[in-house]
Amino acid sequence: MSALRAPVTRIQHAVEDAAAHLYVWALKDIPQDLRDALADAAGKETSVPGQRVLQTILRNIEVADDEQNLVCQDTGIAVYTCTVGEHFPLHPARIYEALRDGTARATLEHPLRSNAVHTITRENTGPNVGHRLPIVHWEFVPDWDGLDVKCVPKGSGSENMSFLKMCVPADGVKGIKQFVLESIVGAGGKPCPPGIVGVGIGGSADYAMYLAKEAIARPVGTRNPDPEVAKLEQGLFELLNETGIGPMGLGGDVTVLQCHIEHADTHMTLNPVAVNYQCWAARRATAHVDAAGNVEFDREA
Amino acid sequence: MPVHEVTFPITDEAEILKLRAGDEVIVQGHIIGIRDRTQIRIFDQGVEPPMDLRGAFLLHTAPGVRKLDDGRYEKVCIGTTTSARMVRFTEPLGERYGVRAICGKGGFPDEAIEPMQRHGMVYFAIVGGAAALETTQIEEIEEVAWEELMPECLWKFRVKDFGPLTVGIDAHGNSLYHDVQAAAQKRLEEIFARL
Repeated sequence: MSALRAPVTRIQHAVEDAAAHLYVWALKDIPQDLRDALADAAGKETSVPGQRVLQTILRNIEVADDEQNLVCQDTGIAVYTCTVGEHFPLHPARIYEALRDGTARATLEHPLRSNAVHTITRENTGPNVGHRLPIVHWEFVPDWDGLDVKCVPKGSGSENMSFLKMCVPADGVKGIKQFVLESIVGAGGKPCPPGIVGVGIGGSADYAMYLAKEAIARPVGTRNPDPEVAKLEQGLFELLNETGIGPMGLGGDVTVLQCHIEHADTHMTLNPVAVNYQCWAARRATAHVDAAGNVEFDREA
Repeated sequence: MPVHEVTFPITDEAEILKLRAGDEVIVQGHIIGIRDRTQIRIFDQGVEPPMDLRGAFLLHTAPGVRKLDDGRYEKVCIGTTTSARMVRFTEPLGERYGVRAICGKGGFPDEAIEPMQRHGMVYFAIVGGAAALETTQIEEIEEVAWEELMPECLWKFRVKDFGPLTVGIDAHGNSLYHDVQAAAQKRLEEIFARL
């Protein structure tokens, strides 16, 4: 086997370096759209504990900048979304190796807290890597030779607040809205509100949750290109902020920063709804890699 | 709403009774870091903790640290985890060890209200995720026990101006979480009626 293995190429090193940089960068320097959304939230919040929470969040972001420290101690599970061009010169099997090795290296070198454990024994499996960790979402694009990698370190406080319901077609859009509202009210302060509510609708049970994760990785306040879905995003966003859960669940006007929805067509008898919450520290960072292995980092994607 | 400055450990229950749900609190003194596996060891496996918990302020944390050559630990990033997973330990922490305060994020469900009132305890809400700030308020990691549970060891930190915290559950039977949840359930009914 090993005799057939190609030497690790320069481009694989470039992707590994990019992954190592993205993981730490995402944890330290949150994107501008998120900073703006949090500042807007502080402008709107009228409850005393809610305002105290938002001011502390804004102060924390400044301290992270000044001290070059992590915004949140939960380094999460490393989730990457990869968009791979048909002609990108590194096979996805090697891209995965590079992402895994970059994650491990960043964890050891910084050092970052390692969260990865065997799901039954609960013993640590390595520096934020293990069986099927990190997690990678793949998309393949014809007639292109580049690679986009987005790192989304996902904290457990918000990931634990994930919910799936197989609504029936007769539940309609009303059923979708009710389930999302019930989920977020039930989650209360646990997922570190105000954050981004990711919703996946349609497809199958597993795919709906996959789409919900895609939804939380979008820049804050972007709208789904399908106008029907965009309308549902805006409607749910407004309704969620009527619930009064407030920052950290202590009561207030701002319960969520946004609601993002991704959808897939589905079976005529299915109406799946998945909710994946992203905390206020909605960390993400992106790199664009070209066919020659040149890397350009992007804070806004 | 009043702002209190309190120093832990606290043995006098009167100090705790001054605090009311919604109040702002800044903490000085010593606090103890504890998490799921630490409490499973104490209560489910029956191992006595090698630190005095009387009057203690417990923080739900699994800190990011760096081990120094002399065996001590240096802070890297210290933040707070979700409390609700650990609510069942509230009663024995108060009853057996005289703990006075539990601090975490996201709150405790209603089952914590009664034991906290009976044992003169409070729940402090910290801002989850605000670990960069929290780390600057921890002056030193003074002791570590049960290192094999890393990072879910038993930690003793010296803090300065730790907060701002919000009293989420007080020792008088009030819980902000209960009140917010009850109001939200009512609002949900109104929202559902117009969908």
